[in-house]
Amino acid sequence: MNVWLNFLIDSLAFGATFVYGSTGEILTEKAGHLNLGIPGIMCMGGAGGCLVLNMIGKSGLPGAVIVILGIMGALVMSMACGLLYSFLTVTLRVNQNVTGLALTTFGSGLMKVIMSKLKATVYLTGPKFFYRWPFADRQDSLHCLGILFFLAIAIAIAAGWVLMRTRVGLHLRAVGENPATADAVGINVTRYKYLTTCIGSGIAGLGGFYYIIDYMASQEAYLSIEAFGWLSIALVIFALWRPPVTIIGSFVFGVLFSCSSFITHFDWIRVTMANKPLLRMLPYVVTILVLIISSIRNKRENQPPASLGLNYFREDR
Amino acid sequence: MEKQLALQLRGVTKHFGNKHANNQVDLDVYKGEILAILGENGSGKTTLMNMIAGIYYPDEGQILIDGKEAVIRSPKDAFDHGIGMIHQHFKLVDLFTAAENIVLGTRQEGRYSLRAVNAEVAEIVERYGFHLDPAKKVYDMSVSEKQTVEIIKVLYRGADILILDEPTAVLTPQEISRLFDVMRRMKEDGKSIIIITHKLNEVLEVSDRVTILRKGDHVATVNTRETDENQLTEMMVGRKVSLNIRRSEPVNAVPRIYVKDLNLYSSEGIHILKDLTFTVRSGEILGIAGIAGSGQRELLETIVGLHKPATGTITFINPKKDKPVTFFHKSLKRVKELAAQDAFHDRNMNPVSFQGMRNRDILKWVQSEDVLFREDEVIDLRDRTPLEIRQLGIRLSFVPEDRLGMGLVGSMDMTDNMMLRSYRKGHGIFLDRKKPQELAEQILRDLSVDTPGVSTPIRKLSGGNVQKVLVGREIAFTPKVFMAAYPVRGLDIKSSYMIYDLLNQQKEKGIAVIFVGEDLDVLLELCDRILVMNAGSMTGIVDARTTTKEEVGLMMTRTARRSGEAEE
Repeated sequence: MNVWLNFLIDSLAFGATFVYGSTGEILTEKAGHLNLGIPGIMCMGGAGGCLVLNMIGKSGLPGAVIVILGIMGALVMSMACGLLYSFLTVTLRVNQNVTGLALTTFGSGLMKVIMSKLKATVYLTGPKFFYRWPFADRQDSLHCLGILFFLAIAIAIAAGWVLMRTRVGLHLRAVGENPATADAVGINVTRYKYLTTCIGSGIAGLGGFYYIIDYMASQEAYLSIEAFGWLSIALVIFALWRPPVTIIGSFVFGVLFSCSSFITHFDWIRVTMANKPLLRMLPYVVTILVLIISSIRNKRENQPPASLGLNYFREDR
Repeated sequence: MEKQLALQLRGVTKHFGNKHANNQVDLDVYKGEILAILGENGSGKTTLMNMIAGIYYPDEGQILIDGKEAVIRSPKDAFDHGIGMIHQHFKLVDLFTAAENIVLGTRQEGRYSLRAVNAEVAEIVERYGFHLDPAKKVYDMSVSEKQTVEIIKVLYRGADILILDEPTAVLTPQEISRLFDVMRRMKEDGKSIIIITHKLNEVLEVSDRVTILRKGDHVATVNTRETDENQLTEMMVGRKVSLNIRRSEPVNAVPRIYVKDLNLYSSEGIHILKDLTFTVRSGEILGIAGIAGSGQRELLETIVGLHKPATGTITFINPKKDKPVTFFHKSLKRVKELAAQDAFHDRNMNPVSFQGMRNRDILKWVQSEDVLFREDEVIDLRDRTPLEIRQLGIRLSFVPEDRLGMGLVGSMDMTDNMMLRSYRKGHGIFLDRKKPQELAEQILRDLSVDTPGVSTPIRKLSGGNVQKVLVGREIAFTPKVFMAAYPVRGLDIKSSYMIYDLLNQQKEKGIAVIFVGEDLDVLLELCDRILVMNAGSMTGIVDARTTTKEEVGLMMTRTARRSGEAEE
């Protein structure tokens, strides 16, 4: 197998984690809520999915059913977190940053508890074949692109289309830009905020599930999800709040992450073991650079939603 | 042709607390007419219209639409009844195009297509002769264009009754005449238009009938053709009400501030202040009268250094003659410069030049308070920031209209708010909290501020008490000029009189007081002279003791048309 092709596929596959995380965060932010709980929600999504798989992994159900139930588990767990976040920030109008950070701490902690009780041999083995569709026969490749990868791409493109091309998207953007105006023309601001936050959380939760079950498929995978959650939030700024752009950004991040493991395959670059940790730093350095570069922009369309981070209260004047 | 009734109000009443905003108001609006609602500030025009538009719900009375009783509890109900209101503060999403804003919130069947919306909007634009590009972003728009978007938004939702709340306040004369053309075309199309205004010339120009409100009461409804400015003014301002404010004669009034040919433009290029020339004198209250938004606020803000005027001068006369020089505001370098210009003399009237003296001796001499100013200081205030003005030793007190926005910080307590004036004092990096606290306690006592204590956040106080804190702080600053913009707005009678008394005390101390007011009765009773403003121009300065309410009222309104025409 060609090293370059493997490198490419691995980067794409890795990037899908970020596609889920960023798309989920973009939807939430478009409703005017800065959800810093995304890393925790991704953790919870992964934990929820694995919990279900751990229960039914060896039950002998058809593979497709196991896959769907696993996805459902991830969605239920992460959307519950999203609902909690919405209740706190939309209904009770608690500070969004504090709520998000608390949720992240809570989510990653609870995930570690849950994951330590599960058996990797159960939750990882059962459904593997089904994720590998449609490249299931290519057993030689290190990582193949499975259905959850294509689902990520489809969700990102669909989210972009909904936001920019539909009435619902128009209303959602209005809610994030100027909730008072949206309220005045009869848009149910609270409902939009709740729904988008929960849907966004569900999408982000799938990212955590995808990373553990599909991309890494290893016992320790869950330990790094929180870090990727933070990178997903940074990617939102890189993508200028456009879900389809996250696909490109995620691929770039995927390349940066994969290069430290693939670089040893190229004999014309000599990397000592001591240098590899430096390479693993690359994504974080690039994140900082991206944040600096993307904050130097002056087009109004590329700014965050105008009321991002501000809780809406109708009687506030 | 028999005219059809579109909207009827029967005995509509609204209270806020125990204050009448509207009392038993009856109103008829016909199809295909423009009705003007005329009244002073606080006469209940906007409240009445808000009840039709579903923002407020009347306490008593009925609203009938097409002869049937309608219950309007929300803006959406109003829309369902074909009523649309265009507020003074636009509710638009800046990032969206005109068409996106217009279609926002509508629930039509079928697929959403921006192109189809653009076409529909273009059709409305065409029909009524608006000037608007549906694909233009709101943040690129002028105020007039934003207003157009708001009007089309209402028309797009199929409104037959349009209410415009002071639509001309923010427009240029050209834009106003364009708006009036559009309104006439809507009228021909059978729509009913209600325009809230206090500009008489506009009423006479565009309306078919005029309803006059005064202090919440419906005074009269007349046909525009059968009335004139004098009659309208009389009905609008009503009878003179005696207030009994103790007013002393100005003592030893000398000029304190000269304002000459002052012109100010807003960032949107609107001409806000036009060629203002006047003098503010010490020991006198100069009232500024005018319809809200005629430039009163901007005038005060320009004097205190918050706006940069385009042309003109603001000169401050600092009464320094025969007063000792101090180093409080002036550096040694500046003192030496002034001495070289022969600005000082000693106790025996001999000139002081510090020629050939060492710095240490100069310091000693000045500190002995034997070096006196020869003349009053003349200081140019133009283009100086508030901080620079303060550093020059000029003490201007300013009680802004927006108390909790510009004057005080709502979440801080009285002491901290006192420190907004003295935060630069103290030792090294430490603040001096003791004196502000003493001051806060003194204000609490002297002005009987109703608060649990000086450490209660200001925003928990009532409007009157907040105002007392602000006025108290500004007075404690021992100013040379005291400026107050609408200091009694929202205050009850007792607090209002307390503020008037404080202003009078300032005046008697020889301080120049500028008072921007909206109640003509108060202006006539309180002030010594009244400067009348109209759309940024000065229509004259009158003696408050001899003028009449009618005269001032006419000056506030009548010449608007002349100045408007002159510009075109």
